[in-house]
Amino acid sequence: MSKSVARGLRLAGLAALIAMAALFPLVFSNPTATNFGVVTLIFVIVASAWNIFSGYSGYLSLGHAVFYGTGAYFLVVASRDWHLTGSAVFWLLPLAGVAAAVIAVPVGLIALRVRRHTFVVITIAVFFIAQLSASNLSITGGSSGLLAPVPNNWDPATYNNPFYYVGLIIAVATVALSLAVRRSRFGLQLRAIRDDEDRAAGLGVRAMPVKLTALVLSAFITGMAGALWVYFIGQAIPQFVFDPLFDLAVVLMAFFGGLGTIAGPVLGALVLEPTQLWLNLQQSNGYTAEILFGALFLVVILFLPRGVLPTAAEYITAGRARLMRHRDRSQPLGTPSAQTPTPAAGSAQ
Amino acid sequence: MTPAAGSGTVLAGPGIPDAALHADAISKSFGGVQALSNCSLTVPAGSLTGLIGPNGSGKTTLFNVMTGYERPDAGQVFLSGRRITGAPASRVFALGVGRTFQLTRIFPRMTVLENMLVPAQRGRSRRQHREHAMDLLAFTGIAGHADKLAGTLSYGQRKLLELAYVLVADPAVVLLDEPAGGVNPSLIHHIADRIRDMNKAGKTFLLVEHNMDFVMTLCDQVTVLDSGTVVATGTPDEVRADPRVLDAYLGTGDDDDE
Amino acid sequence: MGTEITQAIAAGILGGGVYALMAAGLTLIFGVLDIINVAQGIMVVLGAYLSYVLSTHLHLNLLVGLVITVPAMFVIGVAVYTLFIRPLRGSERTSMTLLACFAVALIIEGVLYWQFGSNYVSLHSSFTSSSVHVFGFYLADIYLVGFGLAVVAIAALYLILYRTTFGRAVRATMQNQTAARLVGIDVNRVAAVTFGIGTAVTAIGGAVFGAINSFTPNSGYDLISRLLAIVILAGMGSIGGALGAAVLMTTAEALVDIWQPDWAVAVFYLAMVIILTVRPAGLFGRRPVRAQ
Repeated sequence: MSKSVARGLRLAGLAALIAMAALFPLVFSNPTATNFGVVTLIFVIVASAWNIFSGYSGYLSLGHAVFYGTGAYFLVVASRDWHLTGSAVFWLLPLAGVAAAVIAVPVGLIALRVRRHTFVVITIAVFFIAQLSASNLSITGGSSGLLAPVPNNWDPATYNNPFYYVGLIIAVATVALSLAVRRSRFGLQLRAIRDDEDRAAGLGVRAMPVKLTALVLSAFITGMAGALWVYFIGQAIPQFVFDPLFDLAVVLMAFFGGLGTIAGPVLGALVLEPTQLWLNLQQSNGYTAEILFGALFLVVILFLPRGVLPTAAEYITAGRARLMRHRDRSQPLGTPSAQTPTPAAGSAQ
Repeated sequence: MTPAAGSGTVLAGPGIPDAALHADAISKSFGGVQALSNCSLTVPAGSLTGLIGPNGSGKTTLFNVMTGYERPDAGQVFLSGRRITGAPASRVFALGVGRTFQLTRIFPRMTVLENMLVPAQRGRSRRQHREHAMDLLAFTGIAGHADKLAGTLSYGQRKLLELAYVLVADPAVVLLDEPAGGVNPSLIHHIADRIRDMNKAGKTFLLVEHNMDFVMTLCDQVTVLDSGTVVATGTPDEVRADPRVLDAYLGTGDDDDE
Repeated sequence: MGTEITQAIAAGILGGGVYALMAAGLTLIFGVLDIINVAQGIMVVLGAYLSYVLSTHLHLNLLVGLVITVPAMFVIGVAVYTLFIRPLRGSERTSMTLLACFAVALIIEGVLYWQFGSNYVSLHSSFTSSSVHVFGFYLADIYLVGFGLAVVAIAALYLILYRTTFGRAVRATMQNQTAARLVGIDVNRVAAVTFGIGTAVTAIGGAVFGAINSFTPNSGYDLISRLLAIVILAGMGSIGGALGAAVLMTTAEALVDIWQPDWAVAVFYLAMVIILTVRPAGLFGRRPVRAQ
């Protein structure tokens, strides 16, 4: 299969996927289904955004809920203070993203100076600081939270749809951004940092600006997602906005699908989020989901550490290589390449 | 060029003008261990200088200090007369000094070509950058592996990759830490030839090596380090005949021999 | 006001001892295994629940119950390490182990919710109801007992580390795993036992914590965030530092609590942020902290 044909097929597949997603609310128009859709899309967005920072740089952030929450609270406070309601509120989303991006700068400047596991720990701490602040500050309504301006003049039957479509647009844009980053020089530098930061520095990669940029980008998108969610749910309460399970679900999705890949977080979100929602419906308690998520996480970490997609890709490549070898065995040996010097006998590594 | 925060000032210091790289009275200790004491080394521009010495004599530490991976406790480093002591590794690289590591450090989860594209290149478009990278891969002989993940390369191939990507940004000075270590003889010749070619094209080299044949046949001058101090400097023949050098090696009694 | 302050300081120092013990467990695990056991918080809660079960069903006294809970937590720790952490390999090992610990924490929390629900419970013991009269105020016995236990346990830890062959093996592994292996130390066994010890101390911490505070499965988060803040402030890898940082922070919190109860816990985080900006290695940091 030639490269351009493969590319054409991929694009066609992508277009079909987007078209299907766009038609989803029209086909499954009952509110439960579209509710599923909105929440799943939000997770697709957040998982992909998380991956842009943590997947590519290798710095695991367990505090992304901070950005989510900042975006959420910004939207609520801004829509209240600027008296916006209905569709106009959607225009606040990019601003919510900016608010989150602004928070990311000091967080990043402090947290990105340390080694990787200290970094994770700091993000955990940041998470709790944020939760604490939200519970105690009057601007965020303290522990009882704030109410979002719910558009109660919208038809309940199609209430979810605007949220769905806005979510879809952001999701597609995020995945596109993820792709653009991966292909760019910036993405290359990030991945070099992930593999060997000191070495990358020695080759001219300026680690702090690169990492910080990735964090800010990731925060911006996550903030928008938080804002969308809070508008959808109708209220911002600290323990739901800053929910450790949420953080972990996002990480699990990215890992499950394949850390550092583009489709990975999307796949993870598409598979895991509906499962979680379904479980929540079946059981009225939250703990089954918790135990299952924890167990699934362990399974993924122990057996599929690179995630479903990369592992599947490896199986496919290995299978193909095996086919090649079968084929080659029936042909005479060719001359070895004169270009490549013989691989060294020497200690590996 | 504006100096980066924390780097040495860009004044012409008391360095030796036609030295590409000059380390002046460097001292460095780690915890209680004095790795380098009052160590000076001059790498003349356009030369192929060798740095040898028994294990633990401080060669890699000196490299680290000269390329910004470590800060010296005392002493200065000059690049073409300009003081670069304390400048971070990325700055030193940007000023035109490339280095490799003893245990190859490549980016295992990126392809060989992607590894080549990491170092910043000035004045080249993306396509030229790519072409230049492929040219260098061909030059070192691993162009056929461009799309393989660097982590799957054999040890010798990794050495070649390191050599290639350190050259991508056209550094004027190249420091190689054991380029022939653990590599088979035919490959060693190949590497030596490449270094010689690049030297003729104008690049300055500083090599650390244990392989005596390699150093003596390739280098035009050699410095010997022992226990953190310079013991001898001169042409390969001079150094080979110097009794202090023999002492340094045989005195410690545990060196791997050529 | 004076008595309030003295009381706060006393409670802070004594309470700090218990936090110090739990933080010491965390530091030990980090020092030997290079992993941050984020499950430490929920394990303290688990220890508390175990004591709770023993006291309500078997009517065992808090201290007597420890005879069962400490070995039980040790076994749990060893099991967690052997099943979920030891098999992890590869270049992403440090991140993976951290996530594995988080996953284990989630599972434990879920199981606790399942068994005990989300109601607040508390450990009743003679120590909580009786108190001593000192410096003009009453200090619940449990504070003294807790502090005493912490001192004994930390002393035991030091003795193990510095006076036994096993302890020497642990210290060797902490300094250089490869070298330790070369001299015949079974690094895996050392690792498993160390992890076990690190979690065994949570049994003690849990018993005291549960006696002083009422708790639910959700209490794990607050605990782990404090422990992490202590360890970061102290600098990873320094047990003595963890002790100092713990006492410092709990005392500061107790003092702030007099005037601003809602924000008291922020003291922990504030201290942590300040230290990180000024000195990323922590006050007594042992490891190089350059971003890696």
